[in-house]
Amino acid sequence: MNEKFLKWLDGDDAYFDQVLDSSMEGVPSRETLKAERRAITNAIVHSPRSRRAVAAGSRTLRYLYYVVAVLSAVILIGVLLYCVSGLPRYGQENVRADEVVERYVEHGLEETGAVNVVAGMILDYRAFDTLGESHVLFTALICVMILLRRDRKNMDSRLEDYYRVVQDRYFDTSGDEILQGVGLILVPCIFLFGIYILLNGHLSPGGGFSGGAVMGAGMIIFCSACGFERVDRFFTLKLSSWITFAALSFYSFAKGYVFITGANHLENHIPKGTPGAILSAGLILPLDIAVGIVVACTMFGFYSLFRRGSIGGN
Amino acid sequence: MIHNLLSNYVEAGAIVLFGIGFTMLLFHKNLIKKLIGMNIMDTGVFLFLASMGYISGRKAPIIANGVTDMEAYINPVPAGLVLTGIVVSVSVTAVMLALSVRLYKRYHTLDLDDVYALSVHINEDR
Amino acid sequence: MAVTEIFKILIMIVMIVCAIATNLTKKLLTTVIIFMSYSSLMCILWVLLESPDLAITEAAVGAGVSTILFLVTLKKLGQLDERDAEEEAGHE
Repeated sequence: MNEKFLKWLDGDDAYFDQVLDSSMEGVPSRETLKAERRAITNAIVHSPRSRRAVAAGSRTLRYLYYVVAVLSAVILIGVLLYCVSGLPRYGQENVRADEVVERYVEHGLEETGAVNVVAGMILDYRAFDTLGESHVLFTALICVMILLRRDRKNMDSRLEDYYRVVQDRYFDTSGDEILQGVGLILVPCIFLFGIYILLNGHLSPGGGFSGGAVMGAGMIIFCSACGFERVDRFFTLKLSSWITFAALSFYSFAKGYVFITGANHLENHIPKGTPGAILSAGLILPLDIAVGIVVACTMFGFYSLFRRGSIGGN
Repeated sequence: MIHNLLSNYVEAGAIVLFGIGFTMLLFHKNLIKKLIGMNIMDTGVFLFLASMGYISGRKAPIIANGVTDMEAYINPVPAGLVLTGIVVSVSVTAVMLALSVRLYKRYHTLDLDDVYALSVHINEDR
Repeated sequence: MAVTEIFKILIMIVMIVCAIATNLTKKLLTTVIIFMSYSSLMCILWVLLESPDLAITEAAVGAGVSTILFLVTLKKLGQLDERDAEEEAGHE
């Protein structure tokens, strides 16, 4: 066992390929897969007709394009650097930005109850920006699902999808011992850290986006270490869509009623509590949790769609 | 003018990063390199925007010990704007990567000039 | 000049060198890894500019999820292993 490990450590890749090939039954070997892929690429890209079409682009147009590109880049950077040299000196206070910043910093604690001024600003004074941005994330997830989803209805060419599915299984990392050992120690810590950042969004640096991104990254490590079957037990498409929909509609109704009642909206009856406690700051904590759920589901949804073409398994 | 550029070094560095990303968009033909160039442009713009709020000698905008004076904290408004921007940037990157995967599945090449040339004569077969 | 100013200038110079390096490499895997280190340096710069919210978000999103998406795309397109990319390019 020792000399095989030393051979692999020295970079002897041929031995590593042999080990991988012999451990998969019922799967065509790596050479067959590569030969098939090369055949398809040759048929589409390198056929004589394609070569004639590619070479038919005019040469002078290409040189002209490079000259114009260099000129425009130099002019753009030159103009921008000239404007930067006219800016006020870096690190000094901006004299004109007084009123808005004064209101946010001096009255922020008593009006919103949040110790973190930035979190109080984006979730209370400027809550519509965050609402729009959660919808942008959700829309991006839908777009990626439209482009990359693979189920029985849209697998058109049997050969291409066959070798892609097989190649996904071939590079599956879920049985690896190092990854599983490290993952089983790290994943609970990452989840705890993500939930801590999420819940303390109004008391210390953090908030909805950071906490959600850390939780999404924790789900990605868990999925790589333990395989897709274990994740499919609790994270199905139905669960993911329903909790994302619930979080987004909760946010929309909590801040969207002002379209009906006007700008002097109803009084917020949720108590502000004492600054410094977790259960304080009115509506900021539930909104933080909603944004964090949307971000975590979106990040893991991206990864799952890229890896195998569906969120909850076909 | 050079003296002003050297004293505003963070903004000048952000513009240089924007320029490097822009040239990556213009001069490379590979789709993945263009996407990385666009990401570098995005981070250059965020650096420029958020460095406008920095005031030297003051602390991060988290109220400590009950000091709610405006003179003790930096400007928090640009930081809130950039926070939205970072998340939108990753969404746009994800959608464009999905598009490039579909493009590769159709044309089997990542070179953009070849894709333009092939798209003319592959579609005229149908 | 204070020590933090020198530190900021040093980090900005290394970030510009990283950005130029992504421009000039030929292999795609190297480009993605240099981009990940560029994101991590940016995270340090956010802390020096006294914005800790942006630092946590950039670390989790830029050096985390964005780089993972690039790597998964490269794996799907077959460009991850340099021998595969060379074989595909060597048939022209």
